Amino acid sequence: MIVLSSLQQTAEDLMAKAAIEIPDDYLVGLRRCADTEKGDLSAFVIQAMLENYDAAKEDRRAMCGDTGVPRWYVKIGNEARIEGGPIGLEATLRRATAHATNSIPLRPNRVHPLWRTDHNNNVGINAPEIEYAFHPDADWIELTTVHKGGLFGSDYRMLFPGDGIDGIKRFFLDTLISFGRRGLACQPAIIGVGLGGSKDACMVLGKQASCLRTVGSRNPDPKIAALEDELKLLGNSIGMGAMGFMGSSMVVDCHIETGYCHTGGMPMSVHMFCLSSRRASARVHADGHVEFRTDPMWFTDYSRRSTVEWETPQMIAAE
Amino acid sequence: MANRLKTVDLVLPTQTEELRQLEIGTIVYLTGRIFTAREGVYKRVIEDGVGMPAPREALGSVNFHCSPAASVNGDGTYNVGAVTATASFRFAKWLDGWFKQSGCNIIIGKGGMTSEAYRELFVPNNAIYLTTVGYGTGALLGRGIKGVEGVYWMEELGLAQAVWVLDVARFGPFIVESDLDGNSLFERENAKMASGIKALYEGTQPATLRRYGETDDKTVEVI
Repeated sequence: MIVLSSLQQTAEDLMAKAAIEIPDDYLVGLRRCADTEKGDLSAFVIQAMLENYDAAKEDRRAMCGDTGVPRWYVKIGNEARIEGGPIGLEATLRRATAHATNSIPLRPNRVHPLWRTDHNNNVGINAPEIEYAFHPDADWIELTTVHKGGLFGSDYRMLFPGDGIDGIKRFFLDTLISFGRRGLACQPAIIGVGLGGSKDACMVLGKQASCLRTVGSRNPDPKIAALEDELKLLGNSIGMGAMGFMGSSMVVDCHIETGYCHTGGMPMSVHMFCLSSRRASARVHADGHVEFRTDPMWFTDYSRRSTVEWETPQMIAAE
Repeated sequence: MANRLKTVDLVLPTQTEELRQLEIGTIVYLTGRIFTAREGVYKRVIEDGVGMPAPREALGSVNFHCSPAASVNGDGTYNVGAVTATASFRFAKWLDGWFKQSGCNIIIGKGGMTSEAYRELFVPNNAIYLTTVGYGTGALLGRGIKGVEGVYWMEELGLAQAVWVLDVARFGPFIVESDLDGNSLFERENAKMASGIKALYEGTQPATLRRYGETDDKTVEVI
């Protein structure tokens, strides 16, 4: 049985880690941008950001004043048992969000869309979002929090099969250029592309591709992996760097996730996870043991399955 | 920070003559008093006609488009962590009245406004625009805050929209986005990229399904 007190402590620790510590994979990717950036203004911006990450860690303060809209991704092992069940889990994540908003502190960004009511704790109607996934042959729960800004850098478009790969590239460029100008998207960013699915699933997949995969990871389909490389190169050849200044630092990495869609369409979404790419994950075991990490490991062979039934691949014994 | 860019330290409040020396692209650090104000404050001051929450001497003459990641301690003091700007272009519609009521001559924010807004709104009021860097040097800016001098309209607007009056020391870095003549650094950079962007699109076809209001002119901005 996984106890709620353990989940709440873990969740509050994750909120602080996400807000304060830039993940290593993003940091390595940004340093690579710094090494190659020729634009003096863009290079200055990247250098300032690298110093900012150090200041955040030294002072234990949030790296960005816009601490985004905190949200949760929960992966539940098929054999996991939670104290209080799923209702207990949801209450715990809402409580941890409210506590951590005050204790770190985070900015209480969440308000009612019309009445602008602010509970000063990042909790409200349908907030924080909690998304669920399941995993076979496991008795743990994995919690991931993502603190992503919410105003610029995402777009959706219904493309059609006839638009082809060129259409994908064109919409990719459209989104990067329109939101990259003046740095509205806070690039260099991890670009997530959702291809296919229903319209809502297309947005979800693209968002997850930007927020839940690490820099350097590649889609297991080799042709899609090649497209990821191609789009990354394309984004960095716009001539636009950090803050929309002349340069080459637009894309730290590009991730594509796919879903089967309507036979007539090819929906596409683009999402940009910013210079403060804030995510933190932990696996909470049934015995209370907790492992923290920065890789959400959200996408798996199981989550990307295309068959009706699922059979866990058998480990081949070493001779 | 080692760089080849010109860097200037300003002590607040500043006079017009000091601002005249600032060229677009100059790095700036600020020492003195600033205050935060964004859409909630603008609406209350301009549209609701409430006026400024305090005299000019108490607020300073630098308006930061932001709200801090902060909390109120049990004893009524404040715990300010990081501060980062929010995008400024959407506040242009309030600025004419705002300059007259606030007396501000420096606006700090994210991403600037159009050069048209600078010429119509900033130049007549001897004001310049400084952009934050990154975006999101929230921790560095948080370090520059030496004290919270006061918070106005916390009850009325909530923590994230309230007016935070901050005393700062070597607060920055910022980059001069518009000068006293209304030139825009971002627009200068956009112009440099235009031909490369045009070349990237050559030979590609617009999406099969169009959208109302859409442009195919890639030099046009969306703000």
